[in-house]
Amino acid sequence: MRSNLGFFSDEKFRSIFFQTLVVGLFALGLFFVITTTSYNLEKRNIATGWSFLQNPAGFDISFSPFLEFKSTDTHLKVYFVGVLNTLLVSVTGCIAATILGFILGIVRLSSNWLLSRLVYIYVEFSRNVPLLLQIILWYSILIQLPRVKQSLQVLDVFYISNRGLYSPRPIFESGFSYVSIAIVLALISSFLINRWAKKRQDKTGQQFPVFSSSIGLIFIVPLILFFILGSPLSFEHPELKGFNFKGGLVIRPEFIAMFLALSIYTAAFISEIVRAGIMSVSKGQREASAAIGLKQTWIMRLIIIPQALRVIVPPLTSQYLNLTKNSSLGIAVGYADLVHGFGGISLNQTGQAIECMAIVMATYLSISLTISFFMNIYNRSIQFKEK
Amino acid sequence: MNEMNEVRKPPVATTGIIGWLRINLFFNWTNSLITLFVVYCLYQFIPWILDWTIFSADFKYNYLGEQITNQEMCSRNLDPENGGACWAVIYVRFYQFIYGFYPKVEVWRVNLAYIMLAFALLPLLYAKLPYRKYFLYFTYIFPVIAYFLLNGGLGFTEVSTNKWGGLLVTLVLGCTGIALAFPIGIMLALGRRSKLPVISMMCTLFIEFIRGVPLITLLFFGMVMLPLFLPEGIDMDGLVRVLVAVTLFQSAYMAEVIRGGLQAIPPGQYEAAKSLGMSYWRMNLLIILPQAIRISIPPIVNTSIGLFKDTTLVIIVGILDLLGIGRGTLADTNWLGLSYEIYFFVSLVFFIFTFGMSRYSLYLEKKLKTGINMGAD
Repeated sequence: MRSNLGFFSDEKFRSIFFQTLVVGLFALGLFFVITTTSYNLEKRNIATGWSFLQNPAGFDISFSPFLEFKSTDTHLKVYFVGVLNTLLVSVTGCIAATILGFILGIVRLSSNWLLSRLVYIYVEFSRNVPLLLQIILWYSILIQLPRVKQSLQVLDVFYISNRGLYSPRPIFESGFSYVSIAIVLALISSFLINRWAKKRQDKTGQQFPVFSSSIGLIFIVPLILFFILGSPLSFEHPELKGFNFKGGLVIRPEFIAMFLALSIYTAAFISEIVRAGIMSVSKGQREASAAIGLKQTWIMRLIIIPQALRVIVPPLTSQYLNLTKNSSLGIAVGYADLVHGFGGISLNQTGQAIECMAIVMATYLSISLTISFFMNIYNRSIQFKEK
Repeated sequence: MNEMNEVRKPPVATTGIIGWLRINLFFNWTNSLITLFVVYCLYQFIPWILDWTIFSADFKYNYLGEQITNQEMCSRNLDPENGGACWAVIYVRFYQFIYGFYPKVEVWRVNLAYIMLAFALLPLLYAKLPYRKYFLYFTYIFPVIAYFLLNGGLGFTEVSTNKWGGLLVTLVLGCTGIALAFPIGIMLALGRRSKLPVISMMCTLFIEFIRGVPLITLLFFGMVMLPLFLPEGIDMDGLVRVLVAVTLFQSAYMAEVIRGGLQAIPPGQYEAAKSLGMSYWRMNLLIILPQAIRISIPPIVNTSIGLFKDTTLVIIVGILDLLGIGRGTLADTNWLGLSYEIYFFVSLVFFIFTFGMSRYSLYLEKKLKTGINMGAD
């Protein structure tokens, strides 16, 4: 029929033709963008390259709990401070959101109508109001707290004011490293005990008090060691001097606002995921475990949750990814994370827009990929194992 | 026929209100304790919140009967002992919240666009609408009408986008972002599933890249980097630059949702279409996509809710959407310190939209479930 276009109806030819076309167009577009960009950069006297990373930043970062930051430090250090701050709020947020989300998801399924309705209202409000608005709202609540001079005192050691939460800073003395080594060893050995006990139970049916022995190992052994070594730990208490507290550990309101908003917002999503997961476990499983006489808490822990996890973990992973990406909203309240510190202030000071944005995007991509990588490993470990 | 055959009623304690209360609130003593505790908390909280938001609140006049024009005249600032929320700020600034700085003479154009938007959405949301076909024609030409109405041209005076604000910007960003992302998302989803390795790889890379970075970096990209990429003389409007970023972002998420729908189509459908001699595009347009999109509508609505909430991020690059107007009002010395009222109002507006959308998605899901069961053979 189409003799004049015969070669065009050949699928192989067409495939190669279209792909070459697409690659060609893409290359052409790229060429166009690169030439116009270099022209634009030249006209604006912006030198490309990475040397700006070594220049002094010239600004202060108010919240840098891990690295000491001075205004004479380089932009590269701004980047590291930003990454650490992003990771700090993401990790703490993920942990808090998971705990809160699981609790709320289980409470949502409670037989108590009032309680489950209450959680439902919380979930709907928290999910349907923009996160940015929630962050700003929390921040505006926190900075309306009393001034430093009238700060609220909790348990005589914590001070809450509009400058943040001041708590004693632990000072580790020489012997403390032994205690931390003991804690690590205790963690490893309780993990091994757990595995051994599981194997023995599978073989013989005998149970081993894993929980209490782990508690003993992790808490009591290091504690005894701690006192033997003469308590090598002291606290530096914050003291009111002039207009502000000196010393102690300060948690800035920006961080608290980010932490609260991120974890409360994400917990609402997680609670729905947990609820769907638990409801996906068939009713027969619960009835069967009740029939063999398991206690209610054991049914949850041994029968329902392990099966529900298979449904829960994949969407949970994407919630962790969302939380990490949402932590970039710190810029709205001045939390010095990756976007605010490096992608915002450094970018504005150096004018190296392309380099800064490329670094920021690449960092987020690698954080996202790392999270999915580890969550995929975890996901594989809890899926059904075909025997 | 005597009292032997009389039907005995169930015990009072298992039916009616008492039965419901027993089963749902006082099942056992822990349950009863929890119920009492929750009731006590609600008893403390609800009167307080009602008092703050309604009974002691100022709406237009303060307790002296004066019309409120700044925060000092709010009852709670005149007399801290009594007086709740000061909603007068919303009343005074209502125009800005809804239209931004759109000229008052031209505001009928925005109102007309709002009304037309409702008519344009109607056939999309409600499949059983009478004369739906004609409504759909209107939906297709609505974006063009809205562009000329809002922006100007064709005899209308031009209103530059930096005068737009408030709910107008939120709706423009949300609706345009979703409407543009839908076709792009379909193309990306088809591309990712394409048998041509280069196209599939490029689409996958694009989707995964966009999904791996936060929206705010894309907004920065649109604001800071896009002008560098374009030749001189092409000066892009701020709102358009933001729209590019929002659309790119949303289309990647849309693509993944539609890909999920495509994967759910049984291979028999592809094979049947091919055996009828359909070309790739005919097969997708007539057979595959109508089915795939139908089952992915609930998740499409869900990502759209996400986008609608995410439009607030544009305040970080200096566009005044609903939240931006709220923050701007707070920065005004006349309305300092009214953050709770303003954030409450903005949250409420967002809540109405997003909650409505999520209810709609639930309704669709329910309808879809029954539809599929009926169609199963």
